[in-house]
Amino acid sequence: MQFCEPQLRIKLMDTELDIARTTLLAPAGVTEQDLEKILASILGHAVDSADLYFQGTHFESWTLEDGIIKDASYSVDHGVGVRALSGEKAGFAYSDDIVLPALQQAATAARTIAVSGGKGRVKVWDKKLIKPHDLYPMVNPLQSLSDSDKIALLHSINQEARRSDSRVKQAIVSLAGSHNIILYMDSNGTYAADIRPLVRLNVNVIVEENGRRESASCGGGGRQDYKMFLDKGVGLGYARDAVREALVNLHAKNTPAGNMPVVLGPGWPGVLLHEAVGHGLEGDYSRKKTSAFAGRIGQRVASSQCTVVDDGTLPEKRGSLNIDDEGVPTQCTTLIENGILKGYMQDRLNARLMGTESTGNGRRESYAHLPMPRMTNTYMLPGKYTAEEIISSVKKGLYAVSFSGGQVDITSGKFVFTASEAYMIENGKITHAVKGATLIGSGPDVLTKVSMVGNDLKLDRGIGVCGKQGQSVPVGVGQPTLLVDEITVGGTEH
Amino acid sequence: MLEAAIMQPGVTAAAVGGSANAGLSAHVRMGQVETIEFFRDKSLGITVYKGQRSGSATITDLTQPAITAAITAACRIAEYTEPDVYSGLADKADLATDIKDLDLYHVSNITPEQAIAKALECEAAALNYDKQITNSDGAAFSTSDQLYVYANSNGFLAAYPTTRYGAYCTVIGQQGESMQRDYEYTAARDAADLMSLQELGKKAAAKTMARLGARKIKTCKAPVLLVPKTASTLWGTLVTAISGGNLYRKSSFLLDCLQQQIFPDFVNISEQPYLLKALGSAPFDDEGVATCTKDVIKDGVLATYLLGSYAARHLGMRTTGNAGGVHNLVVQPGTDNFEQLLQKMGTGFVVTELLGHGTNIITGDYSQGAAGFWVENGAIAYPVEEVTIAGNFKDIFANLVATGNDIDARSNIITGSVLLEQLTVAGS
Repeated sequence: MQFCEPQLRIKLMDTELDIARTTLLAPAGVTEQDLEKILASILGHAVDSADLYFQGTHFESWTLEDGIIKDASYSVDHGVGVRALSGEKAGFAYSDDIVLPALQQAATAARTIAVSGGKGRVKVWDKKLIKPHDLYPMVNPLQSLSDSDKIALLHSINQEARRSDSRVKQAIVSLAGSHNIILYMDSNGTYAADIRPLVRLNVNVIVEENGRRESASCGGGGRQDYKMFLDKGVGLGYARDAVREALVNLHAKNTPAGNMPVVLGPGWPGVLLHEAVGHGLEGDYSRKKTSAFAGRIGQRVASSQCTVVDDGTLPEKRGSLNIDDEGVPTQCTTLIENGILKGYMQDRLNARLMGTESTGNGRRESYAHLPMPRMTNTYMLPGKYTAEEIISSVKKGLYAVSFSGGQVDITSGKFVFTASEAYMIENGKITHAVKGATLIGSGPDVLTKVSMVGNDLKLDRGIGVCGKQGQSVPVGVGQPTLLVDEITVGGTEH
Repeated sequence: MLEAAIMQPGVTAAAVGGSANAGLSAHVRMGQVETIEFFRDKSLGITVYKGQRSGSATITDLTQPAITAAITAACRIAEYTEPDVYSGLADKADLATDIKDLDLYHVSNITPEQAIAKALECEAAALNYDKQITNSDGAAFSTSDQLYVYANSNGFLAAYPTTRYGAYCTVIGQQGESMQRDYEYTAARDAADLMSLQELGKKAAAKTMARLGARKIKTCKAPVLLVPKTASTLWGTLVTAISGGNLYRKSSFLLDCLQQQIFPDFVNISEQPYLLKALGSAPFDDEGVATCTKDVIKDGVLATYLLGSYAARHLGMRTTGNAGGVHNLVVQPGTDNFEQLLQKMGTGFVVTELLGHGTNIITGDYSQGAAGFWVENGAIAYPVEEVTIAGNFKDIFANLVATGNDIDARSNIITGSVLLEQLTVAGS
C-alpha cells in the first residue's frame, strides 16, 4: 500500500466511489470481484450478513506555544474492518494492510462467530451513484493552505491573544486537520463511499493578575478546509473569546451548592441534551432495555416546549456525515417532539433487532472498531422567548454559558456537565461570575423542568468529541437559551 | 529506520518509537455470545530533530515506501517548526542501560471458545446472584499481547513485550421503576492472576444490588470516604499537578511546592516502576530514560516533580524518568481497614463512583458528580445518587484524615480507601 497523498485530479465524473477505489483498493490490486468472493466466503447458514469497511486517513497537527511553532506531526492510518453478523452476534477482525491475504485472514476470523458454514450469495451491488447528501466539499484540508500559511495563521492568532490584554501570560494555539476516505460494502447490496474533511483550531490562554492565574479555551471547526479560520477573522475571534473567558474566571467567586434554577446559554451548553437524553436514546441501549428511556416511546419525557433532534445533514458541521459508517444516508431524526419521546437513533444491527430501519447513526471510530449507534449533531429547536425574558424571570439562580464536558450513566439516568463560565442571576439580573461547577441531574426528569425555551438556537462551534465504550467520534451539539427550573449545582458555598 | 532518518540533510538527531498489539475480546450478554473481536495493530512514530527544530510522523503501514514517506514528512515538518532551546532527545547520561525484565509477559494461548466460556461463566454468576438482577449489559474477557520498542540516535535501542488479560461484568438491577447498574473488573499480566470469574460476577451483582433504592440527599458539608477506585482520581490529580507540562506552563495549583508540606505527615507515596508483574511497570520511560523508584510524597512533603527531559530543561532541572507518565504510584497503606475508616468517619458520605471531570488544575478547584452511600454512626445507612462533591484540592490534601489498608492493585495507582475531612455535598 502506498503511503501517499491521494492525487485528487479534478476530473469530471470523479465520484467519491472512484476516488475511494483508487486510493484504497487499487494500490494492492484488490478488485471488486475479490471483495465479492470474500463476502461470499463469510456468508453461511448462520451468518446473515457481512460487511467490509475500508478507510484511509491522513492527519496533521501544528501547535504554537511560547510564541513558537513547537510541535507538528503527521500521521497516516489505513485499513479494513471485516464484520460477520449472525442474529445479535458479530464477529469482527481487521487489518491495517489492505492486501488480499490479510483480508482473507480477517474474514476467516470474523466468520468464527457463526457455528456452521455453507454457501451464501452476495446481493448484487447497486453501483449507481447514490449521493444522498453533499454536505461538505471533497477537499483535502491538509492541502488547503501552504505550510507557511498555516504557521502564519497560528502566529496571527497568538498575537491577537496576547494583544487582547496585558494579563495574558501564555497562549497555546493548535491547528488540526484530517482527510478521511471510507468505502463500505456489504452482502446486502450496499456499496458506498465518502470523503470527509475535518478541521479544528483551538486557543488556550492563561492569564494572571495579582498572583491569581486562570485559563480558558476556545475553538471551533467543521467539515471544510482551513480557510474557514481566515474567513471574517474567525480564528482571531477564538483568541479574543478565550481571553475574555479567562479574565472572567480570574474574578469568579465561589459557587453556591444545591438545587436552583439554571439558565443555560445557547450553543455549546447543548451538552445538556447530549448527556441527559442523547446517549439514553441510542438504539443499542433501548434494544437491550438497559437505558432509563427504554420502552418509553410515546411517553412524556420533556416539557411541551422541547423538541430535540439528531441531525446528521447539517452542511459542513463537525458532527455531520453524508452516509454513516454502514453506508446508510444520514437524516434528521426527531427524538423528542413537544416533550413526547418519538424515536431512537439506530444502526443496522439494532434496527434489525428492533424491527425498524437504521436512522443513519451507525458510526465507528475507525476500521479497527465495531460500529454502534452514535449521535451526529444533537440539538433542541428554538422556542418563543428572548434570552432577556428568560434571564429576567429568575429570582435567584445560575446562568451558565460555557461548559467543558459531561458524562452519563444511562441506566440510572444520572448525568453531569461541568460549567466553565457561569454567573449568578439575582432578581432577574446577571450579577457576578462564579467558578465553574458540575451540574447533576436525571435525564428523564430534567427536560420536564425546562419551562422557557429561547428563540436563539445556536450550534456549537465545532469542538465536540463523544466517547462511548472506548470509541471517540466527532459530534455537534446545540440549543437556544433555556431555563431549567431546578437542577443541582455542585458548588462549595452552603 | 533510524539510520535512514539520520542520513537526511540537516537531521541532527532522531527517535523512533512504536508498538504492536494482538489479542481478542469476547463479549457475552444474557447467556449468549454477542461479539468476538480480533485485534492486530501496529504503529511506529518517528521524530526528527534539525538542531532545535523537530517534526514527527506516525504510520501503521510498515512497508518500506511508507517508512520512507514518514521520514520525508517528519523532515519536511522540521523545516517549518521553530527552534526551541529545550527540545531534543533525552541526555545520553539519563538513558536506561540496564533493561530489567519485570515479568510482564505471560503468554496463555487462550482460544476464542475459551474466552467465550469464561465470559459466560462470569455473567452467569452475576445473573444468578439475586432475582432483582433482571438484566445485564454483559461480561467480557480479553487478551492482549504487546511489544514496545524505542530507539534513538544517542545509541538507545530496546524493546520489551507485555501481556494483559482482563474481564469485566456489568449487570442491572431493578427495584420498582428505577434501574441501577454496576460492574466489577479484573486485570493482570498473567491470566492465572485474574480474580476468579465467578467471584467477579457475584461482586458485580452485589454492588448493583447495593445501589437499589438510591436517593438524593440534602446539601450539606460532610466528611467523604473515597473507596480505592475513586481515591485513584484524587491521586491522579496530584500526578497531574506535579507533572512537567503543568509546572513549566505555570498551570498547576502545586507550583513551587517542591519540598513543602502539602499533606499531613502520615502520607507517604512512592513511584515503584519495578514491581514485578504490576500493571504500570516499565523499565524505561517514553524517551528511553531509566525509570527509578522514588518518593513522591515523604511524610506529607512533596519530594519530587514528575518530569520528562523537555519540562525538566524548562525548569532548570533533570528528568525524573517520567516522560509519558508515572509508573505504579503506590500509596502507603494506613493502619485502618475499610470498616475502621467508616467508624472513624462516623457520619458522612462514602463515594463509590465519580461522574464527569471537574478539576481546575490551575486553581485546585474541584466539583464532580458522585454516587455512593450515606453513613451514620460508622455504618452504611442507604445508597445515594444524583449529588456532587466539591472543594479545593489544596485544602483536601492538607486536611486528609487517613488512608486505608484495603489496597487495590488493579491499575497504575495502587491505593486503599482515603478519608477526607470535609467536602460540600450538593443535593436537594
